[in-house]
Amino acid sequence: MRLKNGFAAVALFGLSIIVANRAPAQETPQAAKPAAQTPSPQSAPAAPDAREASGAPGHRVGGFVPGQKRPPGDPAQIARGKTLFGVNCRSCHGADLRGGDMGGPNLLRSQVALRDLNGELIVPIIQGSRQQMGMPAIPISPDDAKAVAAYVRSVIETIGSQGKPPDEGRPAPSILVGNASEGKSYFEVKCASCHSATGDLQGIASKIPDPKMLQTAWVAGGERRGRGEDDPKDSARIPKATITLASGESVEGSLVRIDDFLVTVELVDGTQRTFRRNGDVPKVVIQDPMKTHTDMLSQYTDKDIHDVTAYLVTLK
Amino acid sequence: MTFTKLLLAAPFLLSPGLLMAQGAGVAPEQLLKPLKDSWPTYNGDYSGKRYSALTQVDRSTVKNLTLAWMIKVTPGDQPEEGGRRRGHQEVPLSIGGEGPSDLHMRGGSIKASVLQVDGTLYFTTPDNAWAVDARDGRQLWHYFWKTKGGTHIGNRGLGMWNDYLYMETPDDYLVSLEAKTGKERWHKKIAELDEGYFSTPAPIIVGNHVLVGTGNDIDAPGFLQSFDPETGDLQWKHYTVPMEKGDPGLDTWASLDAARHGGGPTWVPGAYDPETKLYIFSTGNPTPAYTTGTRGEGDNLFTCSLIALNVDTGKMAWYFQTSPHDMHDYDSAQTPVLVDAMFNGKMRKLLVTATRNGYYFTLDRVTGEHLVTAKYGMYTNWADGLNQFGGPKRNPEKDATVGGSLVSPTSGGTVNWEPPAFSPQTGLLYVAEHNSYSMFYLTDVDPRGSMGLGGKEEDHIGSSGSFLTAIDYKTGKIAWRHRYYGEGGGGGGVLATAGGLVFAGDASGNLIAHDAATGKPVWHTRIGEVTNPPQTYMLDGHQYVIAATGDMLWSFMLY
Repeated sequence: MRLKNGFAAVALFGLSIIVANRAPAQETPQAAKPAAQTPSPQSAPAAPDAREASGAPGHRVGGFVPGQKRPPGDPAQIARGKTLFGVNCRSCHGADLRGGDMGGPNLLRSQVALRDLNGELIVPIIQGSRQQMGMPAIPISPDDAKAVAAYVRSVIETIGSQGKPPDEGRPAPSILVGNASEGKSYFEVKCASCHSATGDLQGIASKIPDPKMLQTAWVAGGERRGRGEDDPKDSARIPKATITLASGESVEGSLVRIDDFLVTVELVDGTQRTFRRNGDVPKVVIQDPMKTHTDMLSQYTDKDIHDVTAYLVTLK
Repeated sequence: MTFTKLLLAAPFLLSPGLLMAQGAGVAPEQLLKPLKDSWPTYNGDYSGKRYSALTQVDRSTVKNLTLAWMIKVTPGDQPEEGGRRRGHQEVPLSIGGEGPSDLHMRGGSIKASVLQVDGTLYFTTPDNAWAVDARDGRQLWHYFWKTKGGTHIGNRGLGMWNDYLYMETPDDYLVSLEAKTGKERWHKKIAELDEGYFSTPAPIIVGNHVLVGTGNDIDAPGFLQSFDPETGDLQWKHYTVPMEKGDPGLDTWASLDAARHGGGPTWVPGAYDPETKLYIFSTGNPTPAYTTGTRGEGDNLFTCSLIALNVDTGKMAWYFQTSPHDMHDYDSAQTPVLVDAMFNGKMRKLLVTATRNGYYFTLDRVTGEHLVTAKYGMYTNWADGLNQFGGPKRNPEKDATVGGSLVSPTSGGTVNWEPPAFSPQTGLLYVAEHNSYSMFYLTDVDPRGSMGLGGKEEDHIGSSGSFLTAIDYKTGKIAWRHRYYGEGGGGGGVLATAGGLVFAGDASGNLIAHDAATGKPVWHTRIGEVTNPPQTYMLDGHQYVIAATGDMLWSFMLY
């Protein structure tokens, strides 16, 4: 859940509702990040806290179809179905059910499998109702076919929100694809006027050991953190505003907020002053120390980014 | 009885009556009129312009716009708070739905467009519908749907046919209500919840068709359906991806199986052209969303496209793809806008749209002929030139990659579902423009591709500026940009009026009236983040402007 981006979300049977859809919430049916899901791959009923929140103990709360209630499967039947699947189905449909080399389709997005409740849709197909479409009849008993269906359903239960595959949590490949020496050269040309490997960035790869987080952090011009989480180092990143009133008085401070109608600055003594804006009066000049970082976003190539990251991970 | 006592007793002497909506509803032919006093369908009228002919509130009078009323609604199955005050009647509550009673939605914002018919407002949040008096916000009834589940991300509002209302639910039902009482007439299943479908759109009524879209994030086919307004029987169902051998567009997929799991959901209501009987709507992303995998290298029709259907038959007349082979979840789920205007010296029947991927398009809406493509997102960088049809040509290097790809806009888009507005006075399309960057990381390198919206991680980097932007339909050139400080703005959508104004919410919690010609703010009020499209209507000779912030609905008027 991306609270850091201003999502305020309410957990509700495992999904989140954007109640204050501040940008970049730009709500999208796809962009909503369900809160209490991300179930561990093997646990069908999702997070207990979400279950409590729903007031419905025992109900499946998160994941692929939030709030959907289905009776839990029989573990013994599922285990037998898993074995049978391995013997009879795996070579075509894949060990993870997402399709295999021999052309069997992905069962986790099969409309039939998704809809199956008790084998009533899957069993006939196992028994040969789709031979014309290339699915052979599998010679197993009706009870065993039901067990396979129960196993397929149990894996479907682990599909993530937004149809993400159950193995979404497995380690991703390393993002380190850049050239460290070219990154060093780039750094010396483009970054060294403000940053230094022996100064502010000394040990940066130890402070942010995950290369992906490090890359995101330096491209963004600092670590992303939750709203309201103060970091004294952050003060260097807050824009300064100089406000010149019609009287000639000039007020300087850290920018707290600005829109078309008001501007608020924090003064050196920690107090805040707010001024009403009316077009160009008072005159407001903002100095954003992060402007260079923002401006650079349209200048970097992805190779530049990868190279610089490859260099920064050496600054342990 | 003394006069004082009479006054004290007055609340009890009022005729209790029945809380009920007023009037006869919306005859289908009324929907053919341009938007003025009422607001009888999602976009106000069929054109999608969200341009009101009302002029009482204009650039000089808008400064007198003042709060008429504000209400807060409480979704769920409990009586409304305000209902227990002395002398007030409890708001009639009707409950429907096939789900258990313990899956209550305890939050949710008003993202709906509000219908204003005969002095009554009708609006929704997921699982909930309300009727309130348009003059003072007094609640007349509340309908609550007991859900079976599904993604409760938003509901775009109601459709109205005579005195019946239609609402879609997150667990995929079409519910018809009596507008006067809020009592349910019937409900029909419109999609399979188990298959991952969930429904957010406002139904659009055309003649005797209730046009209903449905969403999905897993690898399922998108479709649009038409239902009979009286009985709820299915009239036709149009899939947005090829479902059978020989279907058009199949050659843009690696296989029929890929096409049948290809996505293209119908997230937002479309526009309707009565002269050609074409209902024109947009489709969402292909699936799997971020990996080519089984999709093949083709364009993946008809995902991320505009589709024009004959409303009586459901047959496709033309299409135009605004994001060929999308790889960033850039749904083309935006409201198309139908405009009759001069183009290259001739009066043309045009369609204009600014899409989530940062590109603007002008088309001929009769034939689908492509006329203008322009990049309006200031830093949009995922495409490299145009393809032979005038659509942006994807740069594969800007797909999600293992090392990370810095892309603007984010998957949230330059604009999202929020409807734009078009003013015939200025010839400008007004749309939110969000120029943000994300790093897109490919996390699932399985050659089969991922599933649904899986397989990538998106790290938000920051914003390079948010604007309310006015685009010239003739050229796609930007006439003006008004900067919204912070990240966001235009949140709920845009309204244009013949008073020379454009209304939108900024990123700081202001509802602003802009000068339509220049973008200059001429009025504002600080009500919080606007969550639905601002709207306007005329009652008793007074023009109202309404907008929602979360669970509150605000109404402003000229006294």
